[in-house]
Formats: sequence, C-alpha cells, structure tokens
Amino acid sequence: MTKVKTRRLVLTYMFAIFMSILFLFPFLWMTTTSFKTADQVYDNPMQIIPNPFDFSPYQRLFTENNFGQYLWNTVYVTVLTLIGVILSSSVVAFGFSYFRFPKKELLFKILLGTMMLPAQVTMIPQYILFDKLGWIGSFKPLIIPTFFGGTWVIFLLRQFFDTIPREYSEAAKIDGANEWTIFTKIYLPLAKAPISTSVLFVFMWTWTDFMNPLIYLTDDKMYTLSIALQRISSGARSTDWPLMMAGSLVMALPIVILFFSAQKTFINGASMSGLKG
Amino acid sequence: MKRDISFSARSRRREVLMGLLFILPWILGLLIFTLYPVVASFILSFTRTGEGSAIKWVGLDNYITAFREPDFFRAILNTLILSLIGIPVAQIMSLVAALLLNVKMKFQGVFRTIFFLPSVVPAVATGLLWKWILNPRLGPINTFLDSIGLAGPGWLADPAWVKPSLIIMSFWGIGGTMVIYLAGLQNIPTEYYEAAKLDGAGSWACLKYITMPMLRPVTLFNTIMAIITSFQSFSNIIIMLDMDGGMKKAGLVYGLYIYTNAFRDFKMGYSSALAWILLAFTFVSVMLTYKFFNRSGDQEVS
Repeated sequence: MTKVKTRRLVLTYMFAIFMSILFLFPFLWMTTTSFKTADQVYDNPMQIIPNPFDFSPYQRLFTENNFGQYLWNTVYVTVLTLIGVILSSSVVAFGFSYFRFPKKELLFKILLGTMMLPAQVTMIPQYILFDKLGWIGSFKPLIIPTFFGGTWVIFLLRQFFDTIPREYSEAAKIDGANEWTIFTKIYLPLAKAPISTSVLFVFMWTWTDFMNPLIYLTDDKMYTLSIALQRISSGARSTDWPLMMAGSLVMALPIVILFFSAQKTFINGASMSGLKG
Repeated sequence: MKRDISFSARSRRREVLMGLLFILPWILGLLIFTLYPVVASFILSFTRTGEGSAIKWVGLDNYITAFREPDFFRAILNTLILSLIGIPVAQIMSLVAALLLNVKMKFQGVFRTIFFLPSVVPAVATGLLWKWILNPRLGPINTFLDSIGLAGPGWLADPAWVKPSLIIMSFWGIGGTMVIYLAGLQNIPTEYYEAAKLDGAGSWACLKYITMPMLRPVTLFNTIMAIITSFQSFSNIIIMLDMDGGMKKAGLVYGLYIYTNAFRDFKMGYSSALAWILLAFTFVSVMLTYKFFNRSGDQEVS
C-alpha cells in the first residue's frame, strides 16, 4: 500500500516538474534571446544561453526605437486610468451600498449585465462619438471614460461595503458626520484590501490593453507599449528577434514583478471572477 | 409627532437624492458610453455611409450582404473550429493542472506560481514570444524536432498549421482558468471522498462520481467565459499573423473580421451589423452550452 502511494507521489512530482519546465521554458527563451546579437540568433547548433551576453538589443530599443517615450505613455495612461477608475468606482459603489433608493437592485443588475456586452457592439458608435468630439489621436478616449466607473471595481467594492456594519456609520452620524465624511473617513479606510485588488487588476488590464490604443492612438509619438511592439514586429524590423524579445520583456516585467509582490491577491482575484472580469 | 413624520420624509428624500448623486457618474457613463452606443450601433447596422459621409438607410442590406460574403463564412468557420477544438482541450488541461496542484505535496506553492505566471504576461508579448518559439527555421521547437530527425511543420507560415499553432499557444495561458478550477476543487467537502473511500471507491470512481459532478457549475462558468472570449478575440492574430489573418486567411477570426471592416475599411454600418450577428451567435452558443451541461447532468443522475 505505502509502496503504491510512494510511487504515485513520485509520478506526481515528475509530472509537476515536467509541466513546470514547459511553462517556464518560454520565459527563458524570451530572456536569453533578448541578450543575443543578430548573429547569435542564427547559431548552429543553437545556443540557448548566449555567450557572450549582448546588451545592444536594449540599447536599440531605447535609442533607435523610442521605447522610453512609449514606456512613459503607458505609465501616463495607466496612472490616469487608475485614478479615474478607483475614484469614480468607489464613490458609485458607496452609493449602491449605503443608500436606499427605488430601483437600486435593478440598476445594479443592469451594471452586472453590461459586463456581458461584447465590446464590438459599443466600439463603433463610441469611435464615431469620440471622432465628433475631436478626441481621436489623443489619450482622451482611453482616459476620460474611466472617470465614469469601472464595472468590475464597482461590483467588487460594493460587495465589500455591504459587509461593513451599519453601527459604524450610525455612531459617526450622532457625532454629526455627513455622508461624504462617512465615505471618506470610515468606508474608504476599511476598504484597503479590495481597493488594492482593484488597483492590481486595473493596472494589469490597462498596461496590457491592445484594442483601445489600437483604435484610438494614431500618432506614433503617443503609442503605448503594446501598439509600439506590434508596429515594430510588423515593420522592417520584424526579423530582429532580440529587439522584439527585449521589448516584450520590458513590457512584461512590471507585471511579473507586481505579480510576485502580491501573488495571493492576484490568484484570489483571478479565481474569484475570471482574469478578464 | 407631525413634525417627526415630515422630518423622516425629508430625510428619506434626502437619502434617495444622495444615493442617486453618488451613483451619478456611473449613470452618466452608462448613458453616454453604453446605452447610447448600443442603440446607435443597432440603428447604424441598417445604414450605409455613402459618398460625402452621408448616411443612407439600407434596411436589412448589411445583414444580407454578410451572408453572401465568403470572408464572413470563413471568419465564422475559423472561429468555430478554434473554439470547438481549443476550448474543450484547454478546459481539460486546466482541470488536469488544477487536479495536480490540489494534491498535497511539497513546493505546491511554487508549482502554482509557475503554472499561473504565463497568464499575467501581456497578450502582445505572449504573441511575439510564441511567434518566435514557433519560428520554422530558428525556433526551439523545430530545432528540437530537427535534432531528433523529424521535420517540423511551418507553423504560422503554413495555412494548415495556423490553427494548431494558435491552440498550442493558448495552452501556455491556462493559469487563469486553472485557478478557478482549483478554487472549485477546494470547495468540495473532503467528507465526500472519505465516505467514498470507506465504500471502497478508487481514485477514478471518486473523480467520476464526486469531483466531476461537483465541478459542473465551475466548468460551465469557465466554458461560457472561454466562448465569449474566443468569439471576440483578434489581437493575437494581428500580432502573430497580420490584419488579413495570415496566409490563405487561415487565421481570419470573427473578431478580426469586425475590426478590419470597422477600422481599416471604415464600413461602420456593415461592421455594426456584424457586431449584432456576433451578439446573436454568442447568445445562442451560451444557451446551447448551458443546455448541454444540464442534459449531461440529468443523465448522470438517472
């Protein structure tokens, strides 16, 4: 009996290690390619670890390919989106949780329903609208809508606000606090955990977003990392693999670091509602 | 007493007003960025932009045109093939990975991190990385196959291998689905397994009669999310192939067909009609999946 058990455990370990190698190899391949010269890519037999390491792909990235600018654009859009989504969503979530008003639950169901709507249905009239407003080719279509609340964040924060005991706010009310004070002084400080989950996921979605920048950013100087990478890869440098892997690594690194620093939040958030909301 | 009632009525009205004030940003957003676009998209789908950007009413013409376009059918067929093969296989792999990580063992946390990590890599980076891994001449897969005396396929350069390539690549990102299965597995009470073991049930019987039925809601959820995602996806195709879906349009998926019609050819009316067809297809597919899951559930019970 124990022999069978041990054998089974050994097999499980072997399988897990084998799978881990398969999952990790692409990371290794991306990293080592980004430190190769153009010639080393053609080495036969193939050298997975380059010898010597070559840093010129990163140099090319930031000098010839303007990656510093794209990095800054992405940071800019992501930070403003975070401010917009978190500010507006927490206010809206508090409204849904704290107050009683007619048709509240119906409105909340509509909110959940909009999560199911394919982006394709709204993106064309949105484009026409932003075009009429003269926003195409600016960051406005990416940033301004975020100040009207993010569905997933509103949902997450309302769920949390609903668990805060009413006694807290009743006590504050007796001391003369108004609703805004209750929101900023009681609810928000208590909501640190769901807010950091939201920050993490909104950061990830915005940083990696491809569709919206693709539709709205027309000026080369305003590209975010995802569009810049796509343009590099479909242009004349489409065979400069070290350059593209260096670019991919620069884009992925902040998220990977964030993931390692907040693994539990990431995995819990993902298992709670699916990674893409 | 009278003053009291009017006071409470006033405070009640104040509460309603305050509540609406707090949710006002979302209401405005809903009206401007969702409701208006949904209505506009529906109306647009019956129009065509003529010369001088004059909008012309064309009735059902856009919908009829779609069903006469070879590319429309190609896009639907490609999307269906990718979904019908890719989704079940990816679900099974995620489930196997989750079952593996649910076994009590050392380094469980490390394995979990490794399995999940690829799913946080940005789609653009994933696409480029896999385009490079699948490179027919210089990529590690074909180099490896070459070293053991096998001739590797052309992957993305070969129309017949485009879909297998995309499906293989998608396995790298099963981490997101896996953790949902893992959460589902952890919700199954251990008493069930203990009772079954007492009755002499083996691991297979436990998997078939406890784990799978208990996981049905999770499986349904994951499958529906995968369908919705798969029907809309197009960015990986743009990154790995091109705006046409690669050679012989083997990777022309429905999401890409809408995108190119809308933002490359600026056929706003036609692409709006395509978007509504997508919504209808998604709805029907989700309903069929739901029915399928419920029926296979009944059979197991009887």
